[in-house]
Amino acid sequence: MAIEGNITEMGQLMGAGLACIGMGGAAIGVGNVVGNYLSGALRNPSAAAGQTATMFIGIAFAEALGIFSFLVALLLMFAV
Amino acid sequence: MATEDGGSGLNIHPMDQFLVKSLFGGDGTVGMFTITNVTLWLAIAVVCILVLMVLGTRGRAIVPSRSQSIAEVLYGFIYKMVEDTTGKDGLVYFPYIFTLFIFIFVANVVGLLPKSFTTTSHIAVTATLAMAVFLAVTVLGFVKNGASFLSMFWVASAPLALRPVLALIEVISYFVRPVSHSIRLAGNMMAGHAVIKVFAGFAVVTWIAPASILAITAIYALEMLVVSIQAYVFTILTCVYLKDALHPHH
Repeated sequence: MAIEGNITEMGQLMGAGLACIGMGGAAIGVGNVVGNYLSGALRNPSAAAGQTATMFIGIAFAEALGIFSFLVALLLMFAV
Repeated sequence: MATEDGGSGLNIHPMDQFLVKSLFGGDGTVGMFTITNVTLWLAIAVVCILVLMVLGTRGRAIVPSRSQSIAEVLYGFIYKMVEDTTGKDGLVYFPYIFTLFIFIFVANVVGLLPKSFTTTSHIAVTATLAMAVFLAVTVLGFVKNGASFLSMFWVASAPLALRPVLALIEVISYFVRPVSHSIRLAGNMMAGHAVIKVFAGFAVVTWIAPASILAITAIYALEMLVVSIQAYVFTILTCVYLKDALHPHH
């Protein structure tokens, strides 16, 4: 059966889907940050409260890269 | 755009909610001074902030009323954050940082209302905020430290051979700051609201509607969390950048 349709559109949609793989990396990164924070916090709960802000900064940096891949997906879907 | 009607009754347009439309007639073109739904919802956010802060602090009771305690909690939270992150000398810039936080927070929350428009999901809005922070911090760094502000890029604790490479990386990461700063907020808002709309689109299929409505409820709760965390993250990153400008030496 011959494949019909617009090959450019196919490439866009496949590229958008592939770009979403990057979000998995961000998920691993955020999980790593919070997991390590939690294991540290359970070892020394008295020091935990002071490091919450640092944890959120770490989450923000890890998450930004996932958002970039989401942005690439959106650009492929709507802007290219 | 996103999904054409595939004959299944599904007709999901998750990105349509982000369209900027002219409010008062015209021929639909959006110019520099057109009153759009963005203008309307930005104004609503500002009015909400004014009402909360003016009414909340008018009584100034020893035992705070409900609105006063909300205003006090927000104020105290950000005050402590600025103090912890940038130190005592950063407190001069507390009004700006508090303005940023409460504007982003209220604009995000107002954007969660049904039929509303999320202004912070537009990179045009967040990039303005992020560029303002970036320019202010850069100018402040040079005013406070003079040319020694540039020593931020020259990592003196690293081995000499590594320093040019590190300097290049530091310069790049410095200039990527406004990009990631703005896209993080806009991307999070856009993604969350698009997910809600996708689940809302599934609700037209009868047998899946209960699960879809439950999912919308759950995602709404998650979005409430994301909305506050993103406002917090934007503000705390502003504090971190401010600290870099005030104390550029590693």
